[in-house]
Amino acid sequence: MEYTGAEIIIKTLIDEGVDTLFGYPGGAVIDIYNALYNYRDQIRHIRPSHEQGGAHAADGYSRSTGKTGVVLATSGPGATNLVTGIATAYMDSIPMVCITGNAASHLIGKDAFQEIDIFGATMSVTKHNFMITDIADLQDTIRRAFKIANSGRKGPVLIDVPKDFTQLKYPYEKKESLPIDGKHKIVQSDLEKFAEIINQAERPIIYAGGGINSSDSSQELRALMDKAMIPAVNTIMAIGVLGPLDQLNLGMVGMHGKNSSNYSIEHSDLVIALGTRFSDRVALNTKHFAPDAKIIQVDIDQSEIDKNVVVDFEIVGDLKEILAEILSLIEEKDRKDWLAQIEEFRKEDYQPPNGSDSIEPYKIIRHVAEYFGEDLIFVTDVGQHQMWTAQYCARTKPRTFLTSGGLGTMGFGFGASIGAKAGNPDKPVVLISGDGSFTMNMNELKTAVDHQINTITIILNNHALGMVRQWQNLLYDQRYSETDIDHSFDYVKLAEAFGAKGYSCATITEFKAAFADATTQNKPIIIEAIIDKDELVLPMIPAGGTVEDIIME
Amino acid sequence: MKQMRVLSILVENNAGTLTRVAGLFARRGYNIDTLTVSETKDPSFSRITLTASLNDLELNQLVSQTAKLEEVISIEELFETNSVMREILLVKVSVSDDCRSKLIEITDVYKGVVVDLSPDSMIIELTGKPQKIDAFIRVIDNYNIVNICRTGVTALQRGKGD
Ligand SMILES: Cc1ncc(C[n+]2csc(CCOP(=O)(O)OP(=O)(O)O)c2C)c(N)n1
Repeated sequence: MEYTGAEIIIKTLIDEGVDTLFGYPGGAVIDIYNALYNYRDQIRHIRPSHEQGGAHAADGYSRSTGKTGVVLATSGPGATNLVTGIATAYMDSIPMVCITGNAASHLIGKDAFQEIDIFGATMSVTKHNFMITDIADLQDTIRRAFKIANSGRKGPVLIDVPKDFTQLKYPYEKKESLPIDGKHKIVQSDLEKFAEIINQAERPIIYAGGGINSSDSSQELRALMDKAMIPAVNTIMAIGVLGPLDQLNLGMVGMHGKNSSNYSIEHSDLVIALGTRFSDRVALNTKHFAPDAKIIQVDIDQSEIDKNVVVDFEIVGDLKEILAEILSLIEEKDRKDWLAQIEEFRKEDYQPPNGSDSIEPYKIIRHVAEYFGEDLIFVTDVGQHQMWTAQYCARTKPRTFLTSGGLGTMGFGFGASIGAKAGNPDKPVVLISGDGSFTMNMNELKTAVDHQINTITIILNNHALGMVRQWQNLLYDQRYSETDIDHSFDYVKLAEAFGAKGYSCATITEFKAAFADATTQNKPIIIEAIIDKDELVLPMIPAGGTVEDIIME
Repeated sequence: MKQMRVLSILVENNAGTLTRVAGLFARRGYNIDTLTVSETKDPSFSRITLTASLNDLELNQLVSQTAKLEEVISIEELFETNSVMREILLVKVSVSDDCRSKLIEITDVYKGVVVDLSPDSMIIELTGKPQKIDAFIRVIDNYNIVNICRTGVTALQRGKGD
């Protein structure tokens, strides 16, 4: 039977298992929406306030569920509004399929109304992109997009569909999803060499990155740590993957990581890098990163080998498979001396000050984490609040901490938390935001209310673009150029205007009361917590620095 | 140490593929020195031959980044020893009566051809390995060269069919 291209798009999405679609209507996609009307009980459509929010929502849906996030936008401004969201997903290797409408093909290249070369514009922020030139390719292209998004190193894929291809008719014969590839052949001798390097090391440390999440290998990782008593640090992208904080899980490494994590890398004789890319927020100074250590690496992406730091040995392939296979080759060890040395480092870890009723960020974050327990999904925006959340969120499960790590996109949080809640309706989702980031995309509060997506947003209001201000404080002679946000802003009224519930609090007691009340509400929640403007994220190693340069107060 | 590399990239022959490859080089901060593109025997594929000055680490990084592109079928470095490399040079020289024959003599030695002869200038065409072209240009350097155009290297591996 023949269907319009629009119907083929919707049918293929449903056949690919898509249950939630984030999208915004417009002229170039009106036929797709017309087709969606027939399938509205099979696919949940969530319309954001702005396409950027929709893209972040699809991304948050993907980060929290492991499935592919799908976003749909019209041509021109609809498509360009997606770009920041796509780039955010690209930098963090998140699988997404983005579909954009475009002017009809006979108008392409003629500067038609709302015509934009989104194919060209997104080439460098997608894993791959397509422009449909033949309706016969439609189903295959969508299926290929899902495959590409999920094969090897994951990432967003965009399909641009000129309007005429949504109207033309073509037979739809359901095909199978394409198999995910990217499996590299693993050479036994490589595994043996890898294991031998680990077995010979006295002071090894695992440096775990977001690849552990993408490859779903946190259990395999933990088995390796436990068997050979190898301590591990994680990047911000790998929060939650090491399981409970214990003797072997040292926590976050890097610019705002723990002293003990950074010292352990510094004093190790072997760094085992797993699914991570030695970013300049971790290997702050590549020349002095792990100065006494051999470095070995496993990554699915060949181009990550020797990119930022030159390694001594590597295996390219799927982490889950490699970690599982290597386990039997790894010798049991107790590593008493090394672990004792690390305990000494731990004594020098930063301890936040403890004023009795003062409202320090860490108290808020700990309170929320303890209240909801291990299933809570924390989402953040970008800035100081993001780092405080990373430091104190105490996540013990993968995919329970969602943050824009690579691009550092302020405004990511609200959309992402909507996507996370849409994908996990039974789990609590709490967004920790800042007054700057929140106001960037607070329009999405309307989306949450409209769709009864009951997230809790906590705004750590320091009346500043805190992270930039922190740099100005520590590194730019306290010249606070354009980082104070001194106007008063009523978040409670704002929440009410949107149909949500708002609270404002200035002490930790007030916060706890507001939070307790919030958990009984059946609405999206906004809690403003007024914190000190001069609060710093500590410890901090400035960009390009080493452990010698740690700032502790 | 930076070295001139010749890379041969087999790609799907789609609109935008060249932009994707060239864009990747630009985005990663590498300069392409020469570039040639043509369809292969099978018109659904094209071959891009390009040269760039890279050290070993840069080369590995670029090769693995390029190989990741969805439309790239294969990428390999070509060497003088295992491939045939050719380039075409067109050079316009302004000549007076007393040096014209001298220049034609040099062109003959290099097996070049005079493809245009005007009263006060001539255009010489020369095909050969890049080194031969370089050498020729050095030899005629003290004549009055008006303009030079080189196609860039195109290359195929010897033996082994692909
Ligand atoms: C879209 C975007 N614009 C600018 C920045 C640069 N930037 C990084 S952190 C920051 C301040 C964030 O302020 P806020 O959201 O209030 O969080 P805080 O640091 O105060 O916790 C800025 C401006 C960014 N990361 N993203």
